[in-house]
Amino acid sequence: MRRGLFLPKSFFPVFLLFTALLVLGAIASVLFGARSLSVQEVLGGLFGAGEGVYEASVVQKRVVRTVFSLCCGAALGIAGVLMQAVTRNPLADPAILGVNNGAAFFVVCGISFFHMNTAREYIWFALAGALVTAVFVLGIGSMGRGGASPLKLVLAGASTSAALSSLVTAVLIPRLNAMDEFRFWQTGSVGAGTWDSFWLLLPFLLVGAIAAAVSAPAMNALALGDETATGLGVKTAFMRYVAALAGVILCGAVTAVAGPIGFVGLLSAHVIRALLGPDVRVLVPMSALAGAVILTVSDVAGRLIGRPGELEVGVLTAFIGAPLLIMLAMKAKVRAV
Amino acid sequence: MSTLAIELVRRARLRQRSRWTAVTAALAVAAVALCCAMLMLGNTIYPVRDVAAVLLGEEVKGAAFAVRTIRLPRMLAGLFAGFAFGVSGYVFQTMLRNPLANPNVIGITAGSSAAAVFCIVVLQAGRGVTSAAAVIAGLLTVLVIYGLARGRTFSVGRMILVGIGIQAMCNSAITYLLLIAREYQLPAAVRWLTGSLNGIRMEELSWLIASVLIFTPVIVLLSRPLQMLELGEQTAVSLGVRTDRTRVALIVGAVVLSAAATAVTGPIAAVAFLAGPIAVRLAGTARANVIPAGLVGAALVLAADLVGQFAFPVKFPVGILTGIIGAPYLLYLIVRMNRKGEL
Repeated sequence: MRRGLFLPKSFFPVFLLFTALLVLGAIASVLFGARSLSVQEVLGGLFGAGEGVYEASVVQKRVVRTVFSLCCGAALGIAGVLMQAVTRNPLADPAILGVNNGAAFFVVCGISFFHMNTAREYIWFALAGALVTAVFVLGIGSMGRGGASPLKLVLAGASTSAALSSLVTAVLIPRLNAMDEFRFWQTGSVGAGTWDSFWLLLPFLLVGAIAAAVSAPAMNALALGDETATGLGVKTAFMRYVAALAGVILCGAVTAVAGPIGFVGLLSAHVIRALLGPDVRVLVPMSALAGAVILTVSDVAGRLIGRPGELEVGVLTAFIGAPLLIMLAMKAKVRAV
Repeated sequence: MSTLAIELVRRARLRQRSRWTAVTAALAVAAVALCCAMLMLGNTIYPVRDVAAVLLGEEVKGAAFAVRTIRLPRMLAGLFAGFAFGVSGYVFQTMLRNPLANPNVIGITAGSSAAAVFCIVVLQAGRGVTSAAAVIAGLLTVLVIYGLARGRTFSVGRMILVGIGIQAMCNSAITYLLLIAREYQLPAAVRWLTGSLNGIRMEELSWLIASVLIFTPVIVLLSRPLQMLELGEQTAVSLGVRTDRTRVALIVGAVVLSAAATAVTGPIAAVAFLAGPIAVRLAGTARANVIPAGLVGAALVLAADLVGQFAFPVKFPVGILTGIIGAPYLLYLIVRMNRKGEL
């Protein structure tokens, strides 16, 4: 059974709103930073008309950073939707499930034991780490009666994540140079983004997005329950793996290039679901848009709050995202333990 | 019931009680032995004689400084913080009847840590203010988590989920505060994120020791009602326990202990969480395991600190080791509870 894409009435207003926010966020991201530049200086830097070489380089860095954070945000937004759909769990998010820390642990091992120092080398480590952790957490979380309940998954994720972050610190402490290199990577930042890391991320983002688009109709059927989905002729198991793998690839790749950034996927998926309903085919692209907005705006806010330095975006998204987790937990049907 | 049966029950009880006493004594001996090891071991190893002489106030060349200013505060911090974490974890686990419910998992320690970091970094406050703020923040965190988790029906599961969210917020606040901290305050960063006994001075300990000495007896006095609470609300009420009052007193005691310890050592991961179950496993349930849990907590912290200091070429803060020990156990627990269908 194929149902045509039925767009909710509010689709276009919401789409326009988020596009406008995206443009505003991108402009703000180029305008504001640790160093205050006037609009003229920024324009000069952008179009090469200004005389200040310094301004030009600052502006170019900010442009890279903006593009990079938009991509990371989009990837995380899609990953959030996929993980929530696959686990049929509103609380699923790469950070909550510990996938970010898994990727981080593998990256730190790559740096410390295999002397890797560019993202190009350790991105595969990050993907492997994300995958291993995801399988592990989902495995533990779905044991026992009733499959993967929110509480089980979150607990399994939180404790795995705690263990991994202890291990990360344990690996880093004896290696002060690695620790220095990774002190701020560890909290998640898009500030280190370069064109290199952008090009590195892009293929993964594209593959993940395509896989998400392919599996979206199946995810809709899956929301009705495994039996119903099978009855509708959807190959649930296969599509589930595709979607799960896409989610892991997306957040693993982002973690490799930007460090572990949490709660973006949770936030964007829920905001869009609240506005536009549960159709995964709508959720995937719109959550990508919302994720890009959230990450870019948080990054700008982090730069403004953290002056003269900057506050890593991962810290800020956790602070905004955690209250949503709490709200969802309040609504969740949790068995009285 | 025949007299024989009564006699058998009586003997079994007696056996359990003597086991409890023996285990408690053994734990105390182990804790004391670890304390001695903490005082003797270091860059130079001093014999018991020298250590004893220093503790009695004599001036032993070389040993006096190392033992009195470095090793003694470190040992006392480990002993009292471990004890406090152990007791507070046990109280929460028993009262809420869930091994997962403990100050670490439900975010109370994170609340205390955030408050302590705020006092140190922003207010540049002294120890008294810092400890008091940690305690108040701990209590507030409990109130907030309890209030948010209450909903229509209270559930420990929901409380844990809300606590994980609160913890994420507190941790990101801590990271922000460390970012704006002055550079010389940064070495303390590790302490606030993972827990460590490094560089603790004697003066910092007074609050912790006072709270342990005041609140442990309070909790021990309440341990009968605590055991009845473990049987469930209704049973406890019918056994004559004033449940609300008891619960508030226990929570305050447990939170003060965990916050006072956090204010000194930072959140030493997993101790609050491991101590209770280990104590119960070792000592049985003949009596409330408040003291055994405290002793297990102290032994865990001291042993982990010794391992962290001397087993590797570099020194690891104690929280890293306890974190690595604790997490697999937590996962095992989740798996086991899943199997039983308790989650």
